[in-house]
Amino acid sequence: MAVSDAAPIISTRLARPDGHTLAGYEATRGYTALRKALGMGPDAVLEEVKAANLQGRGGAGFPAGAKWSFLPKDVFPRYFVVNGDESEPGTSKDRPLMERDPHQLIEGLLISCFAVRAAQAFIYVRGEMALAQERLATALNEAYAAGYVGRDIMGSGWSLDIVLHWGAGAYIVGEETALIESLEGQRGMPRLKPPFFPAAKGLYLQPTVVNNVETLSNIPWIVTHGGAAFAALGTEKAAGTRLFALSGHVRRPGVYEVEMGTTTFRDLVEAPVYGGGIRHGNKLKAFIPGGASAPWFYPEQLDLALDASVVGPAGSMLGSGAVVIMDDTTCAVRAAWRLVRFFAHESCGKCTPCREGGAWLEKILRRILDGHGREDDIELLLDVGDNISPGPFPHPPLDGVAAVPFPFKQTTICPLGPSAVSPIHSSILRFRDEYLIHIKDGRCHLG
Amino acid sequence: MSRLSPDNEELARTIIGRYPRSRSALIPLLHVAQEQEGWVSRDAMAHIAELLGITPAEVLGTCSFYGMFKLEPVGRYVVGVCTNISCLLLGGEELLEHCEARLGVKAGATTDDGMFTLEDVECIAACTDAPCLQVNYRYFLNITHDQVDALFDDLRAGRRTDEVPVHGTLTRVRQHVAPERWSGHGAEGLPLPPGQAR
Repeated sequence: MAVSDAAPIISTRLARPDGHTLAGYEATRGYTALRKALGMGPDAVLEEVKAANLQGRGGAGFPAGAKWSFLPKDVFPRYFVVNGDESEPGTSKDRPLMERDPHQLIEGLLISCFAVRAAQAFIYVRGEMALAQERLATALNEAYAAGYVGRDIMGSGWSLDIVLHWGAGAYIVGEETALIESLEGQRGMPRLKPPFFPAAKGLYLQPTVVNNVETLSNIPWIVTHGGAAFAALGTEKAAGTRLFALSGHVRRPGVYEVEMGTTTFRDLVEAPVYGGGIRHGNKLKAFIPGGASAPWFYPEQLDLALDASVVGPAGSMLGSGAVVIMDDTTCAVRAAWRLVRFFAHESCGKCTPCREGGAWLEKILRRILDGHGREDDIELLLDVGDNISPGPFPHPPLDGVAAVPFPFKQTTICPLGPSAVSPIHSSILRFRDEYLIHIKDGRCHLG
Repeated sequence: MSRLSPDNEELARTIIGRYPRSRSALIPLLHVAQEQEGWVSRDAMAHIAELLGITPAEVLGTCSFYGMFKLEPVGRYVVGVCTNISCLLLGGEELLEHCEARLGVKAGATTDDGMFTLEDVECIAACTDAPCLQVNYRYFLNITHDQVDALFDDLRAGRRTDEVPVHGTLTRVRQHVAPERWSGHGAEGLPLPPGQAR
């Protein structure tokens, strides 16, 4: 059982009662990385982050240093936006970071803005997270008063304002171009890329970096210890540690910081310090390895490492670090329906395949669950899915059929539509018999 | 059904001043309006439109996209029960059914006394503490049916109001920046949109 003995990087203050206060943060090396960064200069900081090979922790997994390097030279002002709109079902790791260690995020943001010479920063926090809003507001007020944010930061002559921004309930705003639209006071609908890559034409059509909360929370450690020290953790392709939200049918659901690449799904589910095994001694049926959008894995994939370069070719994604465990008391049709209902509800309505297709998928699944399923409904579900995500859909190897690697193809601007196909494809692929019992007998196989 | 109060109008102007372009303040201003009345009225939207120099239709266009903004009055306490995947696996649907029975309303409806609005909500990012619900966006994690009963009784009796403010109060701590600490560099060099004067 591989349980890393590496010291945690970003979760060190989550259990500290005063971890969210300025006093608690300063007592634990808080804002020393900012001072160091200010002495290093922007370019040296950027090089350290590049050397760290820090992959984005929001879902897409794009390296942060490379993302920053895409900013066109000499185009100013530039903006920096924190994506705190965590809402992918199964995911609950940015919220604890914002609630219990807001200064770590603020310090990471300050250093990042210094490195890319941003003019202003915005922390976009999901509207429903009232406590995160309050903790971040308090932390920003403290940091402004203490001279860490605002005019002439720590007497360095460098200035930066950070604005705390509120969302108002829309999953799609987690997509970075939709988040920018929302931050401009618009409906949160994704923009077409190209031309609207945030690095080129982002907020107010200026060069913009959008980074996830967890991604930025790593930056103070990287500056303190160096990019090489970070890259030395995990594996070559998956550096550092990462927070995983483990939920569902395990004995010990929780948010765990684990070393990337060297830890497996089995470790996460079974190790006593993590999940502690499936509850009640039940059997594992299936699990979602990276949030609701990810194609499902089955017991055969338990020994895969927590590494995007391993999980992707195996037919799914690590996504947002959300691992949802389903034991053998789970109805696959009901689980699929609930996930599809989410995507149908959260479609922004911009692209027809997602807006119409998602709604129809949900209705068809609902009628199957209600005992009114038709014989050709399974093929109909797959056909509607094929219109949203054409061609072979990502899935793990199964019954002699090779894996189809992630990502999916899409007929839509953003991946929300194809995400609705994941639970459908995954459940039909492995649990077609459960669908047939629902359709033919009008009941669940569980009775 | 009113415009923003003088205090809230002043707050709105402070918020607007933090953004390089004023329209960015629209969603925060809608939250201010909702805090004032518990929902967002047409008069409040018209007032926000005036403050931002956009049309009321543009305000409604944005407002109606976001699930948290209520376009008609809701209960004093909005109860959002999560039934998404992690909660579904651990009794989220049963929790919602229990709330429906206890409050005597179906999800989406408000009790006759105007005390509670019950909602069947999407994932609220507390998956490792399922099943869970929010009351006015304050979390209640790993909650049992008995604890739900006690919570509703307490709220009805006017207890726990420091824990759960009335609907609309999203954050009881606001960002404050002393004028001498604000750098104001955000808009420097930002090109103006076509047809707009600085």
